[in-house]
Amino acid sequence: MSTVDPVIAPLLQARSLAYARNEEPIFGPLDFALAAGEVVLIEGDNGSGKTTLLKVLSGLLEPTSGEVLLHGEALTLAKLSHQVALLGHLLGLKLELTALENLRFAIGLGGLRRGITPQLALASVGLDGYGDQPLRSLSVGQKKRVALARLLLVPAALWLLDEPYANLDRDGIELVNRLLDHHARGGGAALITSHGAYAYTSGTPRRIALQAAA
Amino acid sequence: MKPGSTSAACAALLRRDLTLIWRRRGDALNPMLFAIIVVALFPFALGPEPATLQRIAAGTIFVALLLAMLLSLDTLFRSDLEDGSLEQLVLSPHPLALLLACKIAIHWLTTALPLIVIVPLLAQLLHLPDRVLPVLLVALALATPLLSLIGAVCVALTVGMRRSGMLLTLLVLPLIVPVLIFGAGACNAAQTGLAFAAPLLWLGAWLTLALVLAPLAAAAALKISLT
Repeated sequence: MSTVDPVIAPLLQARSLAYARNEEPIFGPLDFALAAGEVVLIEGDNGSGKTTLLKVLSGLLEPTSGEVLLHGEALTLAKLSHQVALLGHLLGLKLELTALENLRFAIGLGGLRRGITPQLALASVGLDGYGDQPLRSLSVGQKKRVALARLLLVPAALWLLDEPYANLDRDGIELVNRLLDHHARGGGAALITSHGAYAYTSGTPRRIALQAAA
Repeated sequence: MKPGSTSAACAALLRRDLTLIWRRRGDALNPMLFAIIVVALFPFALGPEPATLQRIAAGTIFVALLLAMLLSLDTLFRSDLEDGSLEQLVLSPHPLALLLACKIAIHWLTTALPLIVIVPLLAQLLHLPDRVLPVLLVALALATPLLSLIGAVCVALTVGMRRSGMLLTLLVLPLIVPVLIFGAGACNAAQTGLAFAAPLLWLGAWLTLALVLAPLAAAAALKISLT
């Protein structure tokens, strides 16, 4: 256990973090820290372990060695409480439900950020008026936007976004960048993975490069 | 209820799953149809003599209901795993065992309860004596939640595998055989005029134990399945 003061400790810190599946190394060892207000890009080729890294950081997978510290404290699923939001390849949305029903469920599960409603969140991802449509009838990109609206609603300081730009049009990519800026200005932090085809355009974000393990 | 509190999370999960089942209510009727068909076929196979049917009535209804519930067990966590909702549940700040207990409760409410409601009809089809019906209903009220709970643990263990249906059946069947023996045993005892309280009390004791332990076991198994 670390005794770092949680006020000055970085939001997220990885210490010689590594993960191996069946003795086969997937990534690492990695050392990095993420402060509040920072957006960091994880870059790497397909199969270099970007998704696995996000799963380890969110606590879904146990690291093989090393540790993840959240506010200076060791990360366990039990301690995650409202701090981390994960947006993976699987969006975690129900196709039979409407966009608003999906968002209301997310709020019930994760809580609600101050000063925002599901309708407002949908409007800010450009889906005003789609709230009562079953998700099944929306396009892949629109579903992704609903999942982005969920990030706006849930009061998590750390966003872990796996390929947030995939399936989005030019406006959508712009939207993700705006959301990330907004989140960072509000004292949040985000880790996003990208295989390099799109990039975070505002400023020059810090990058963490992952290489496929030989 | 404050958004983000554990009670709000359980309420949201209950509301979401009930809405989902309502939107797919055609599928939800399948176990009921299955049980009716199985029970209705027995008189055709064994002949319509009331004496024969009476002897097998309680056991047949018991088996038909347990198999009907097995049909819907595989879907308990599958859709949540496939669309990523399960990751969101695991990552939520609430105890996973409690959230799974809600899902198990919904499974019981939407599959077992409708089945128990049609049991008087099935009993009539097989000429079950009227005095045995209450015993059968009590036995089923204790045995079906046990199946939901035991089944949930097995589903949580196998949900990570593709085509786990057969494996799931093999895992669940030996575990529910005692439930069947005690449940149907109580009905047979009541039918022959013997004391039937003991097997029912045993079922009640197991149910109490499973209510506490099964959600915890299912949560642990599910975390293993996700890795």
